[in-house]
Amino acid sequence: MIREEIGESISARRTLSNTARLLATLKLDGPLLVGLGLLLIFALLVQYSASGQNLPTVLRTLVRIGLGAVAMLALANCTPNFLRRLAPFLYFTGIVLLIIVDAIGYTGKGAQRWLDLGIVRFQPSEIMKLAVPMMAAAFLHERPLPPDWRSLLVLVFIIFVPAGLVIVQPDLGTGVLIAGAGVLLVLMAGLQLRIIVAMLAIAVGGAVVGWNFLHDYQRQRVLTFLDPQSDPLGSGYHIIQSQIAIGSGGLFGKGWMNGSQAQLEFLPERSTDFIFAVIGEEFGLLGLIVLLALYLFIVTRAVFLASQASDTFSRLLAASLAFTFFVYVFINAGMVSGLVPVVGVPLPLVSYGGTSVVTLLAGFGILMGLYSHRKLVGS
Amino acid sequence: MAGRVRIKDLWGEQRMFLTRSFAAMTIVIALMLLLAGRLFYLQVVQHDYYVELSQGNRVRRDPIPASRGLILDRHGTVLVENEPTYQLELIREQTPDLDGTLHRLSAIGLLANEDIDQVKRSILSRRSFDSVPIRLRLSDDEIGSFAVHRHEFQGVDLRTRQTRHYPFGELGVHAFGYVAAISEEDLKKIDRASYAGTTLIGKLGVESAYEQQLRGRNGYREILVNAQGRSVERQGAYAPQLGSEAPVAGEDLVLSIDLAAQQAAEQGLGDRRGAVVALDPANGDVIALASRPGFDPSLFGRGLTRPEYAALTDNIDLPLFNRALRGTYPSGSTIKPAIALAGLTFNVVSAEQREFCAGVFHLPNSRLAFREGRTGKHGYMDARQAIARSCDVYFYDLAARLGVERIAAFLAPFGLGEVTGIDIGGEKPGLLPTPAWKKKAFKRPQDQVWFPGETVNFGVGQGYLLVTPLQLAQMTAVMANRGHSYKPRLVAAVRHADGKVAAVPTVESARITGVSEQNWQVVMEGMIGATTYGTAAAIGKSATYSFAGKTGTAQVFTVSRSETLTDKVAERLKDHSWFIAFAPAENPRIAVCVLVENGGFGAAVAAPIARRVIDAYLLNEKNNRPPAAHKPAVRVPT
Repeated sequence: MIREEIGESISARRTLSNTARLLATLKLDGPLLVGLGLLLIFALLVQYSASGQNLPTVLRTLVRIGLGAVAMLALANCTPNFLRRLAPFLYFTGIVLLIIVDAIGYTGKGAQRWLDLGIVRFQPSEIMKLAVPMMAAAFLHERPLPPDWRSLLVLVFIIFVPAGLVIVQPDLGTGVLIAGAGVLLVLMAGLQLRIIVAMLAIAVGGAVVGWNFLHDYQRQRVLTFLDPQSDPLGSGYHIIQSQIAIGSGGLFGKGWMNGSQAQLEFLPERSTDFIFAVIGEEFGLLGLIVLLALYLFIVTRAVFLASQASDTFSRLLAASLAFTFFVYVFINAGMVSGLVPVVGVPLPLVSYGGTSVVTLLAGFGILMGLYSHRKLVGS
Repeated sequence: MAGRVRIKDLWGEQRMFLTRSFAAMTIVIALMLLLAGRLFYLQVVQHDYYVELSQGNRVRRDPIPASRGLILDRHGTVLVENEPTYQLELIREQTPDLDGTLHRLSAIGLLANEDIDQVKRSILSRRSFDSVPIRLRLSDDEIGSFAVHRHEFQGVDLRTRQTRHYPFGELGVHAFGYVAAISEEDLKKIDRASYAGTTLIGKLGVESAYEQQLRGRNGYREILVNAQGRSVERQGAYAPQLGSEAPVAGEDLVLSIDLAAQQAAEQGLGDRRGAVVALDPANGDVIALASRPGFDPSLFGRGLTRPEYAALTDNIDLPLFNRALRGTYPSGSTIKPAIALAGLTFNVVSAEQREFCAGVFHLPNSRLAFREGRTGKHGYMDARQAIARSCDVYFYDLAARLGVERIAAFLAPFGLGEVTGIDIGGEKPGLLPTPAWKKKAFKRPQDQVWFPGETVNFGVGQGYLLVTPLQLAQMTAVMANRGHSYKPRLVAAVRHADGKVAAVPTVESARITGVSEQNWQVVMEGMIGATTYGTAAAIGKSATYSFAGKTGTAQVFTVSRSETLTDKVAERLKDHSWFIAFAPAENPRIAVCVLVENGGFGAAVAAPIARRVIDAYLLNEKNNRPPAAHKPAVRVPT
């Protein structure tokens, strides 16, 4: 398979089109770029409708996409070795920033996620979404896989210290996703099945034991979290309205800018966390299937790129980014359609707001760079 | 791979990575399929269900209240109508300076200074786009002064609202009823949806009994609303089709009431406590139904303050009490024509048979004396004279000979002891006493026995017998119509919103059979005698029609043998004054019953009122109409 790929690229080099030559020069991946581009165009259309035809919203998103594209291009041109050496620096800077943010939040007696640098405000937790898998991949790069006990212990610290710092902001959703990115990476690094099973058993056991120590009101909170329908005007309101939006959309939807749930503001967070429901209402099942197909294509292409990487760092980092992206998609779509409890996770690249578009595009830039800088065996 | 020194196995790592990637991609695809399945379930299987939910979300039905039906008298005079009143309403989000606006409204006299705080609170408690009423029932002057300054008050506007208007005020309030705010109790009984957009409901009388017809059917307008409940024309590119339905106005009710007769009844009663009921014997039409004192029905429509309500309920004269339907009194001598008829029918006495009245009656083997009322000794009396002069002794004797069972059985079909079934609510059945009733009504065995003396009293309408003015009017109508009896009704016809008038059919109730024409005639002649030479002779004078009547005096306070009646008896202990009459005697078109509480002797107080009502009705050209076909021809006594 690898040999075929090599043969293909050698023979292809002769017949490269201008576009392909440009992409190769920029170290970008054509198919992934097309997938991302289609998704972003779709996102802009939906955001225009979901924001109540608010052009400034769309323009702000365009600016962020521009920033993201720059980050993508820059990171695509970094060599894996450079990224690997950058990882600890990025990681520890992120940790320091998180501590600062937590401290400000503590003294200010309120939730604090932003760091105001005067001109730019940014969320250090966004850096961590990339820095944690980078640090973990860099740590495992020289070590034999699957990782031994000592390595695992170090990895636990690498992953859960920043995740914990984000969770205490408090931003449970992002913290869990950061931890998820790290855990996925460790799984791809070949964590033994028996350890996976053991961890799951401990988690389930801990939950059962912990349940008995909870007060009634705490149990109630957990139950409401698991079954929002039991609280239709409180936490259940979002999910009930979003299911009405999706369900009433039917096969072909009510048409762009014609979703009553979204346009009449019954659907909360319609341009951010619940934009998936707007798509379902206005474009129907067809629109959602197209959306999911686009995501599947992007994930598949990203995993393919990861599989082509020649060194451990590249491979693990690329796979972690690809699967984390999928986890985002699944959690958001599952939440909005009522499969998964409500957690504040945006639909990647489609939801409006925050710096997540920039981070995600930067991540794909890393992925493309890792692929285009791979050492071709035998060349 | 358990060697002490592990070295990186690059090819092994890559193989393992590919395996894991493959496994992970399998999971990814499985989860994608799970999502797609969930979406299929929501968007295809459950589609209709969610479409309905989303409809309910965005479309609100705004009720358009139907206008309440009018109430007219038999000649089409409006008795109850709707009147637009103006109120001042304010929409907060359209008002740039709320405090300033309220103070400027107060400056031009549209808002009391001390009300500003409360009005402001009520505005702030509502949503910013709601139109909040800040002043109700503006006078014409106030409307004028607002109109001049309107441009200064952004967000404030005049709105009209329909309110119930009673042009004749207190007149007929116990018959017509009134409307008042829907109470908690009402809410349990009514279909809330059909009252959306209305705050009032009919209470008492016709307003309550014919609530269904008067109310009409509310219309609605569908309104597009957003999640905050704000009504929007369209939202973005989204502008759906919205439906509406026009309201159907309530039906107008044409009453059988004759305004002139009703006015005569109420003016006749004046400040006295009492009731007048006038019926058309031919069909049960209620020509007048009055109970005094009354009250202003519009008080309830606008909302009564606590002291105002207390003033009504604590009033010793009980203005809220409908005496015509709910007041039960001993009938007094008004029962005598019916007793005489019973005596003639059961052949206990013949019309010409003369009895001697010495002013006192003794039961056989008893020393207990039953005395004449105020008329003293009558001498020899036949049936006609006994009725005309209201001879107690004659009827003491007749009752004793008839026995209570026969009297009660004979009186029951006249409608005594049970409700007449008039088409408004609240009626009381009164009491037609029998030995069986007494046995049940009393606890102590010695009280359960029916004494012969009680039968004697029954003959002159004293004792346990209790009747309402409506029942006595009904009895009079039955007498006038010689045994034909119709259910009394206030509503004679219903006029639908499309202008079609539907007459309400008359309902014939129990009919008295077995009484001969001659006997009816004897009793009627006795009653004509009462208004020509008898107890009410003064009343019959100068009447242009023949006129059959009977006085009655119901004892409130039993006077012992040794005492005589004096005017010193406290006002509230004075006898109730009754008068029943029908006219013209040969072709009765109106039967009247008048009760004046503590009025004293019937002929003095009640009879003139009856005369006024009959005059108002019979002498009114508009009421001349051919007699109903089924009426028997009646010979006029000479």
